[in-house]
Amino acid sequence: MASEERIGVYVCHCGHNIAGVIDVPEVVRHVHGLDNVTVARDYVYMCSSKGHNLIKQDIKQLGINRVVVSACSPRLHEQTFQNVLKEAGLNPYLLQIANIREQCAWLHEPGRLVTEKAKRLVSGAVKRVAHHTPAEGQSVPVFPATLIIGGGIAGIQAALEIANSQHVVYLVEREPSIGGHMAQFDKTFPTLDCSACILTPKMNDVAINPYIRLMTYSEVVDVSGYVGNFTVKVKRKARCVDEDKCISCGICQEKCPWSTASEFDAGLSMRKAIYTPFPQAIPNIPVIDKERCIYFSGGKGKCRACERFCDAKAIDFNQQDLFIDLQVGSIIVATGYDVFDPTVISQYGYGHLPNVFTSLEFERLCSPSGPTGGVLKLADGREPKSVAIIHCVGSRDENYQAYCSRVCCMHALKYSHLFKEKTGGQVYQLYIDMRCAGKAYEEFYKRVQGEKVNFIRGKLAKISGNGTGSDEGETLIITCEDTLLGSLVNIPVDMAILCVALQPRHDTEKVARMLRLGRSQDGFFLERHPKLDPVATMSEGVFVVGCCQSPKDIPDTVAQASAAAARALAMITKGKMDAGAIVASIDENVCSGCKVCNALCPYGAIFFDEASKVSRVNQVLCKGCNVCGASCPSGAISTRNFSATQVMAEIEGVLV
Amino acid sequence: MSFEPKIIAFLCNWCSYAGADLAGTSRARCAPNVVPIRLMCSGGLEPTFVLKAFKEGADGVLVCGCNLGDCHYTDGNYKTLRRMALLQKVLEQFGIEEPRVQLQWVCASCAEDFVLAVDKITSEVKALGPFKSQSLAEAQQVGS
Repeated sequence: MASEERIGVYVCHCGHNIAGVIDVPEVVRHVHGLDNVTVARDYVYMCSSKGHNLIKQDIKQLGINRVVVSACSPRLHEQTFQNVLKEAGLNPYLLQIANIREQCAWLHEPGRLVTEKAKRLVSGAVKRVAHHTPAEGQSVPVFPATLIIGGGIAGIQAALEIANSQHVVYLVEREPSIGGHMAQFDKTFPTLDCSACILTPKMNDVAINPYIRLMTYSEVVDVSGYVGNFTVKVKRKARCVDEDKCISCGICQEKCPWSTASEFDAGLSMRKAIYTPFPQAIPNIPVIDKERCIYFSGGKGKCRACERFCDAKAIDFNQQDLFIDLQVGSIIVATGYDVFDPTVISQYGYGHLPNVFTSLEFERLCSPSGPTGGVLKLADGREPKSVAIIHCVGSRDENYQAYCSRVCCMHALKYSHLFKEKTGGQVYQLYIDMRCAGKAYEEFYKRVQGEKVNFIRGKLAKISGNGTGSDEGETLIITCEDTLLGSLVNIPVDMAILCVALQPRHDTEKVARMLRLGRSQDGFFLERHPKLDPVATMSEGVFVVGCCQSPKDIPDTVAQASAAAARALAMITKGKMDAGAIVASIDENVCSGCKVCNALCPYGAIFFDEASKVSRVNQVLCKGCNVCGASCPSGAISTRNFSATQVMAEIEGVLV
Repeated sequence: MSFEPKIIAFLCNWCSYAGADLAGTSRARCAPNVVPIRLMCSGGLEPTFVLKAFKEGADGVLVCGCNLGDCHYTDGNYKTLRRMALLQKVLEQFGIEEPRVQLQWVCASCAEDFVLAVDKITSEVKALGPFKSQSLAEAQQVGS
């Protein structure tokens, strides 16, 4: 390289994080001896403004034109230091980070070899940065519409936030109505306000907001494009009911002769083959469940009861699924959660003992719009005199979900209160630990403790019948170890509630692939940063909110949804996104026109120019993976900032 | 002093580099012989990078990408998978023994997989001893 490269190297102590393991002065001494290094310094916190100023001063006073920061992972602070360069008038791509914290100081037992590794990493960065060239990111326009996948409280909140700023939102919901799990709940902790009372007004707002294009009974089936300009294919499943004609009178549901278990009532009541999931559904337009409808599944063309009685002539058996293409700038994923199915823990009796319920079923039993009108009843119609509420069913259990589902302690307390209120009976809480962290949560715990609830610290061993032969009228025997007494206890109760885990949706993997999202170890969608960026993802322009990111309560979900809306709006307001400058380019003097790269590009960003017989890259579509570069037999393709020259130089550097 | 091999790990930016960062963040422990080089995608690994590493004195090369099906660029790691199989055959002809070049999928939350892969290649290369190829001259021609 020519001698005009003037490299400044800055080794961060990161307090004791790096300096406590790596011999920083030794690294600095080593760097002084490397080619083109004009200055090498160390500082206790390079990410502080004082650290930034060190770099800025050297750029101005010593004419530094390449910078190596040897500190934490580039995933954390590369952008920070790129901005520092920019502020000092240097192109941000003339920076290289040597990661001596996460992948060095934090990864190894202290010793000589760790400092040696740090020296290698810094040498590699110094060699590499000499080959860096200034680059400008492309600016791409942001289409001012947003797609929200999932119409639970998270999707509703995000949709309203964006629509209230008068920007178009497409809200896509798989079920016939929006509302999600929150619509199924009776009361919400810790304030005990009725869930429907606070949710349905929001659902109505969604229905009447002119900026929200609501698509229920619809699914996103394909996503292509990139941040600012996604093309989304939505499948609108045939409702077989004309939305414009239907007047929501409900006569079709009354006359339909075929029933099946209601998903909304968690299987505790029946719904018809033509149905709205619940009375306050938005939109309040029924759908025909084709698998249950006699017209579709039984004798073709038979029945037609709904059609006959519909005065509005809204029934349309010939309606077909529609595929609609949408153009959006960003995507908010709010797909929610599934509840754990406790039948797999057979000793808990769920599925064969009639009075063992899941938390979601109990919500429905308590609800005035539920299968019993809010009256607590056992299978034989008696009022229960006692209940056992079992925490952590499927959660905090290495056999199922290792994580804590976060909301169960609180809803278990809520169930105690509701059970006491409705029956005045005995309540036993079987908990492992009480986790009541949240505003006014501890106070609610105290309140329920004062309501003469029995708290037993121990994990449920099994639930058995009392052996009366018939299941009806049977008493349940709860067996567990009371770890505070150190003894085995058997408690007879009438009813048991299993507080089941919140787990990733069964089709999370499919959605993750479609949107190119990562997943964390627990299976939920992976956020960009667990603390500092819990809303964004590694897919630029795609945000995750609510329980699809991790189990959380309603306040946290709403806050996260508003945060994602703000992020989407920030992009729309700015009107453009700076796409990365890390893109491939083809040297047409070297390209032989073999077209090998054309088919390999996952984004179709490379096309063959028939006129000049060479391949060219559409740099807006390119994402810089360098798959083309690695395949080019002529070595004609190079990806900016990851060119062969740069990587080769890094290899030389780390192996010196 | 015992032989301390020099090994380069090529890590894709999205999964493997994140997984390796997580290993550090969660204070996992592994051998310090493996030095990471970040690529955008394991599919962007030019085969000559591997030859170059051996030419410059590496004793081993570890290549890490996203789990199959989870590539940030849709299917770059499938390309890696195929190229690595072919590359192994070429390397064999240069006298580079198979355990010196290893491929391991490391997802962004797979810190443990990363640590195990690092320790595995380190101990296996240690057992093989330093890399001194008869055909280094040929490797140099290709790698430079």
